Amino acid sequence: MSSGKLNLTLKVWRQAGPDAKGEFVTYYAKNISPDASFLEMLDIVNEELEAKGEEPIAYEHDCREGICGTCGMVINGRPHGPLQGITTCQLHMRHFKDGDVIYIEPFRAKAFPVIKDLIVDRSAFDKIIQAGGFISVNTGSAPEANTIPVKKENAELAMDAAACIGCGACVAACPNASAMLFVSAKVSHLALLPQGLPEREIRVQKMVAKMDELGFGNCSNVGACEAECPKEIKITNIARLNREFYRARFLSNVED
Amino acid sequence: MALESKIPSGPIQEKWTNHKFNLKLVSPANKRKYEIIVVGTGLAGASAAASLAELGYNVTVLTFHDSPRRAHSIAAQGGINAAKNYPNDNDSIYRLFYDTLKGGDYRAREANVYRLAEVSNNIIDQCVAQGVPFAREYGGLLDNRSFGGAQLSRTFYARGQTGQQLLLGAYSALSRQVGLGRIKLYTRREMLGLVVIDGLARGVVARNLVTGEMERFAGHAVVLATGGYSRVFYLSTNAMNCNATAIWRAHKKGAFFGNPCFTQIHPTSLPLHHEQQSKLTLMSESLRNDGRVWVPKKKGDKRPPNQIPEDERDYYLERMYPSYGNLTPRDIASRAAKRMCDEGYGVGETGQAVYLDFSDAIKRLGKKVIEERYGNLFQMYEMITGDNPYEVPMKIYPAPHYTMGGLWVDYNLMSTIPGLYVIGEANFSDHGANRLGASALMQGLADGYFILPYTIGDYLASQKFIPVKTDHEEFEKEEKAQRDLIKRLISINGKRTVDDIHRELGKIMWDYVGMSRNEQGLKKAIQMIRDLREEFWRNVKVPGNDMDLNQTLERAGRVADFLELGELMAIDALHRNESCGGHFREEYQTEDGEAKRDDENFAYVAAWEFKDVGNWELHKEPLVFEYVKPSTRSYK
Repeated sequence: MSSGKLNLTLKVWRQAGPDAKGEFVTYYAKNISPDASFLEMLDIVNEELEAKGEEPIAYEHDCREGICGTCGMVINGRPHGPLQGITTCQLHMRHFKDGDVIYIEPFRAKAFPVIKDLIVDRSAFDKIIQAGGFISVNTGSAPEANTIPVKKENAELAMDAAACIGCGACVAACPNASAMLFVSAKVSHLALLPQGLPEREIRVQKMVAKMDELGFGNCSNVGACEAECPKEIKITNIARLNREFYRARFLSNVED
Repeated sequence: MALESKIPSGPIQEKWTNHKFNLKLVSPANKRKYEIIVVGTGLAGASAAASLAELGYNVTVLTFHDSPRRAHSIAAQGGINAAKNYPNDNDSIYRLFYDTLKGGDYRAREANVYRLAEVSNNIIDQCVAQGVPFAREYGGLLDNRSFGGAQLSRTFYARGQTGQQLLLGAYSALSRQVGLGRIKLYTRREMLGLVVIDGLARGVVARNLVTGEMERFAGHAVVLATGGYSRVFYLSTNAMNCNATAIWRAHKKGAFFGNPCFTQIHPTSLPLHHEQQSKLTLMSESLRNDGRVWVPKKKGDKRPPNQIPEDERDYYLERMYPSYGNLTPRDIASRAAKRMCDEGYGVGETGQAVYLDFSDAIKRLGKKVIEERYGNLFQMYEMITGDNPYEVPMKIYPAPHYTMGGLWVDYNLMSTIPGLYVIGEANFSDHGANRLGASALMQGLADGYFILPYTIGDYLASQKFIPVKTDHEEFEKEEKAQRDLIKRLISINGKRTVDDIHRELGKIMWDYVGMSRNEQGLKKAIQMIRDLREEFWRNVKVPGNDMDLNQTLERAGRVADFLELGELMAIDALHRNESCGGHFREEYQTEDGEAKRDDENFAYVAAWEFKDVGNWELHKEPLVFEYVKPSTRSYK
């Protein structure tokens, strides 16, 4: 437990709608407990705005446990704020100092248009999954679970990749607004498991094609995605994605 | 109106099989003629939508999230039960059934619980086939662990992210159907009203949360998979957007509400630690496998935990419940923690916490093993509290978590409104008065993958439907009612914020309708909730306008519903003159402070019919136990 309340100046991006002009607006967060989370700090600012009859800052969040992937904003230039390996909702005010000025902006990328203030449209991620990020198995047609043994090491690597929460920080962090870390995490997860192998080639080709179509940029090995990923998804997944992609191009019968 | 549970006759092992055979089928060519609306995309909703679309139905899915993957099922940590008996520790379908029924303190239907245990094994098969990366042994086979309320290792898990991985599995099945064009997915839509035409559920009215526009969806059946309502307590482990609106609006249209007072208070939440807190964070119950719960033997002992010697610690769960120890069910562990704190043994600044200590486990297994098992949870704990649980014991306290109550459904998962199905946490069934660990994920997926897809066909095949379009007058009426409600909320322009009123409601609920209740407190709560509701409608302030993305307006509508539901929870708790599971009435306890159930008078489901705001009629569905004779639940 820390003591000593914080007083902060916030510069918050306000934008009424996708086509409206946005700007930074200054707010003051007063008397904030260092044990409060960053979103609780914003709640307090918002409640003061509401009490005055002003429109609160629109931002997205839900579980506040770092797992749903809903929250996400750029805090002082970094997606999910200054700490590594956590989401915005897990960031606590004890990591800030009394008197700090904090810049808060939405995730910025062409494929993630702003909806309002700090809320962006990340449905492009769903479209990539809908294009092929799954194993085709109908309900009720599965074999007995232990008839599919999985090497422990592979299960662990698959789980490392599957831990992606789809928050979009990788895209926001990337100067090219590339979605390769997100796509590679799903491709790796499924390519590492025996269940995923029959669709291995077609899956990677469809997902990459959809990613390109939706306006995400290419990977140029900057590494910002890995640095900012709240779940510490490794950039080695992108290497695997590239290998899977070229492998599929050589092996697949699918026309592209 | 009489409640018909539609429990099939015959031996319990054959009920579901026989029932399935007796259910009518819809031929493959006819399935595409039916439209089914699924609201919610958690484990129950996503699995149901995917399975129905695979069968060939036209499915419309609504979620208020930006993506179906965000549903709160994603936050479940510990695991999912099944009766596979892989560890060869003498598990069976019958034993899982027995444990679940007993764990629910004999306030669930035998037939439902047996069916749940029966399909549990299919769920694991299904999820593995989808690529859910469950924990594995070195030989490549699935690993298991134990969980609260069980003396067996029957829980399948994917690190501390089991809910996430199961949900992503169901989400990928749903996404596949969206890609194939068999599911129409509408995100950022909140269901506000149910449309009932000629007595049948035929559609919903939803608000587009981005534009504020009302949208109408018509279909032949509506499936609610909208989760639980423990946000009525304001502080709970539920995600911020969890709410009761969809089921509450359906309740007001005629769907009975079952056992509303049965709330699970989870024993291993992080304690409240500052006054600006917005929610409570759960630490997985799986921690109780290796963590030992204790308090100092001396009242008010303020020494740091590491300086309190072994013989001055009271491992009270191990002392009071030697055969289950730290793995006693959640209601028992929660009440024991409260009792220790109430008696003055609580730790931390507030005295409202107990220790969960891993030092013995670290000594026994090594830090690496503990890190592998619970690493992400330890990290999360440190992130929130600033304490390192590898070095100092965690501080935990009970928190509202899962609601066992919900809309009443029959064996087919249909509510008292024909054509309205309710699945997962949104319904009342299967868990009784207490939910055992790792059984919520099981129920969500059982309902969605393996039960509803069969039972809904029977309804569709046996019902004559008149064609209904969204310009039907009932849609007009429902949409107008929702518009009026929103206009009213915005026009009050009072002085108190929505959250301020919600916090006050939460405090009433926690103080009087929380972990233990008594007649006097419940009566007081009912009056206080009524007064607060009046205050809300006179003095709430909702800035902004309705034809815009307006998050305050969204919350206001939900709190308005909580203010009605909270009263019903108190009324239900007041009428149930017994203690069972999550419902502990102080007047009904044994000499040593354990819950005292009254099977003679209360072996029934309380199903409340809405008459008017603040006015309900009680219906009772008697519970008959043919196979498991209700016994006093003892974990000693």
